[in-house]
Amino acid sequence: MADEVILLDFWVSPFGQRCRIALLEKGISYEYSEQSLAQKSDLLLRSNPIHKKIPVLLHAGRPICESLIILEYIDETWSDKSPLLPFDNPYARSCARFWADYVDKKLFDSQTRLWKLKAGEADHEQAKRDMVETLQTLEKELGEKDYFGGDVFGFLDVVIVPFVAWFYAYERFGGFSVEEVCPRLVAWAKRCRERESVSKTISDPEKVYEFALYLKDKFGAK
Amino acid sequence: MEKQENGSEAPAPEPELKLYGSWASSYTHRVQLALRLKGLEFEYAEEDLGNKSEALLRHNPVHKKVPVLLHRGRPLAESVIILQYLDDAFPDTRPLLPSDPFLRALSRFWCHFADDKLGPAVGAVFASTGKEQEEAVRQVHENLAMLEAELREGEFKGRRFFGGDRVGLLDVVLGCGSYWLAVFEEVTGVRLVDADAFPLFHAWLRDFEAQEEVKETIPSVDRLLEYARGLRQMLLALAAGAGDGGSTGVPVSSAVDAPVAAAPPAPAPAAAAVDI
Repeated sequence: MADEVILLDFWVSPFGQRCRIALLEKGISYEYSEQSLAQKSDLLLRSNPIHKKIPVLLHAGRPICESLIILEYIDETWSDKSPLLPFDNPYARSCARFWADYVDKKLFDSQTRLWKLKAGEADHEQAKRDMVETLQTLEKELGEKDYFGGDVFGFLDVVIVPFVAWFYAYERFGGFSVEEVCPRLVAWAKRCRERESVSKTISDPEKVYEFALYLKDKFGAK
Repeated sequence: MEKQENGSEAPAPEPELKLYGSWASSYTHRVQLALRLKGLEFEYAEEDLGNKSEALLRHNPVHKKVPVLLHRGRPLAESVIILQYLDDAFPDTRPLLPSDPFLRALSRFWCHFADDKLGPAVGAVFASTGKEQEEAVRQVHENLAMLEAELREGEFKGRRFFGGDRVGLLDVVLGCGSYWLAVFEEVTGVRLVDADAFPLFHAWLRDFEAQEEVKETIPSVDRLLEYARGLRQMLLALAAGAGDGGSTGVPVSSAVDAPVAAAPPAPAPAAAAVDI
């Protein structure tokens, strides 16, 4: 079909999950294509030759790469329903982009160092501190709002929510309680899970932790 | 200024747009250029990055960096986000992004590539020597080759600028930074942009730099060279001070803040990467 939508993805990827949630929110039918990261397919390598990473959205055969860019593409292409970014508020749009950029610069990096580095070492302690600081900064940004966008679930909520499945892993690797560090963020996570697009998409925290253990075993500091 | 009833003058109104920046920061240049292309007037405040103002730290507490743009007193940070804001907030001005969603996605992709891959690779060339530098040069060439291929065979094929006949978002983002290539070549003696190897990129850069608004924005080559020479000395001294004579052991991929032309800051090694 000329306008067919395919998502090249990996089951536990929070970046891929952002795209899945957005597609569900917009009611877009698409084909989900699970990719092997160990042996990348020709389709993936052709679609994202620069980074060779998932997620990649293929729309009418044309590839769009990078999860935040895919989210904006989905919002702009299927603009008739469920806007992710507020279309009438330039400042709010910029704030959402700013915090999405913050999440991509800080959260994933902190979480990677948490599982990769050896517990007890100075650099692991630093990773813990960085993770706590990041979570508290996001907590502060959320404030008293129901969602990051205000009253309505939107772009920034989609960007952050897949990472809530990793909270349990943060606790196990970091030895701290996420609920103690950021209770409002935990309440927000529960609220988001009530949405079908989120509950159908984000991973089971136990499975995420198992996956992180597998990564630690394979790539972690010895 | 209007005279008030009691005879004193009313204070001048706050400018609608105020930009906090640094003269050697290509991220700052992006915003200055975008404002000029859009014909938007703005007040400019030069920041001493070795001694950041209270205002800057208040307006960008998360990253504490320039550029920061205030619009009616509300702060915006991160150059690519600021540029997109200008399109949204001033829809009657010349747009930076194309209207087609796929081309918008592609422009954003290559902007991210510029900041995530090309920029840090060029910074690494500048901050290193010997084997490490050779590897960094190889990275730069690999990245330039990707851009060259995109210009030759991709969606931008046949265009004078990435934005089409006129300069757009991606031109501004890539262009404000690419002028460092010639400067770094001069200072390090390393060849980065070979006109034969990257003819389309070379032609694009030349056309970009010939634009009036670009000439108004980018500092003179002499100032850039002086800045770069000072920065190179500092980075090499740091590398030597790290003890093994070669690598600083710190990633050079994050942005630098301190123009050496300013009062010399004492940069922590972790801060020593190049804002280009």
